[in-house]
Amino acid sequence: MIIYVILLFFLLILMIGAAIYSIVQRDLLYAVIGTGVISLILSVLFLLLQAPDVALTEAAIGVALTTIIFIITIRNTVRFEKDSDQPIKPVSK
Amino acid sequence: MRKIVVISLLAVFGVYLLEVLFKLDFGHQFFLNGVKDFYLTNSPEKLNVANVVTSIVVNFRGFDTLGEVTVLFLATTAMSSILYKERHQLGERAVLFSSSRIVMTGSKLLFPAIILLGVYVFIHGHLTPGGGFQGGVIIATGFLLMLLAYKDYRVSHMALSIVESSAGIIFASVGLLGMLNGGTFLENFLPTGTMNNLLSGGVIPIIYIAVGLKVGAELTGLIYTALNEKD
Repeated sequence: MIIYVILLFFLLILMIGAAIYSIVQRDLLYAVIGTGVISLILSVLFLLLQAPDVALTEAAIGVALTTIIFIITIRNTVRFEKDSDQPIKPVSK
Repeated sequence: MRKIVVISLLAVFGVYLLEVLFKLDFGHQFFLNGVKDFYLTNSPEKLNVANVVTSIVVNFRGFDTLGEVTVLFLATTAMSSILYKERHQLGERAVLFSSSRIVMTGSKLLFPAIILLGVYVFIHGHLTPGGGFQGGVIIATGFLLMLLAYKDYRVSHMALSIVESSAGIIFASVGLLGMLNGGTFLENFLPTGTMNNLLSGGVIPIIYIAVGLKVGAELTGLIYTALNEKD
């Protein structure tokens, strides 16, 4: 039982970590991957809380479809909100 | 004329609202007491459905599901009407990442398995977790994989709209048949069979097959139009 609780809290902390990562990340593509990770952990949590129907929905919608729609949007718009956010490319000689 | 129609509609609405309000006793917990026990006892006994969530979603509260399907249909239509500009001249599909031969072969191998999983999820919606919506989304992700891996993979819009429309018609007409049979919308009118069999649960497998095909076709069309959008 205590292992179950520890696992639950570990997953919740991972979720918060992924959420903070996707907020502070300047590269929007990585931020979208972060939201996908949130959905993945959330679906595992739903499975642990005995809601397999919701877990299936979350896995299919949140991980696959939403992420890919955001990635298509990023491809059609911009990947960095400001030009100064772009990583400095190493100068090739 | 228009004002009269509006006033009469509002009057009918008000009468029903007042009737509901006056039938409830003050402070009586009407909503908390009855409903969950009704669902938990009736779905195994009367409908012979193992998955109680399914029986609530498509049988007891089927009208809500019709609303959900309509919302999804409207959202897809709106997105297609924005993105799908020229009807027969699709743009060159912009490639997210150019795929290697390994990715192409792997997608070709995985595609039938994903479609099979989606079909399994919505056919067994009344026995195992899952249902029409989840199965449809899984089918759409299978098509998404093929669209990402192959640059010249085409999906026929005509076939998608035919599948989507006929599935919607089947859903609504099965619901109306339940009403014609003297019950509520989507009420069961077929024999329920024995529990845990594939052919059990009355109308629920038919509804879920229709919903799964509809959702799969809609989301596939949405992804296809979004991927083919010109810059």
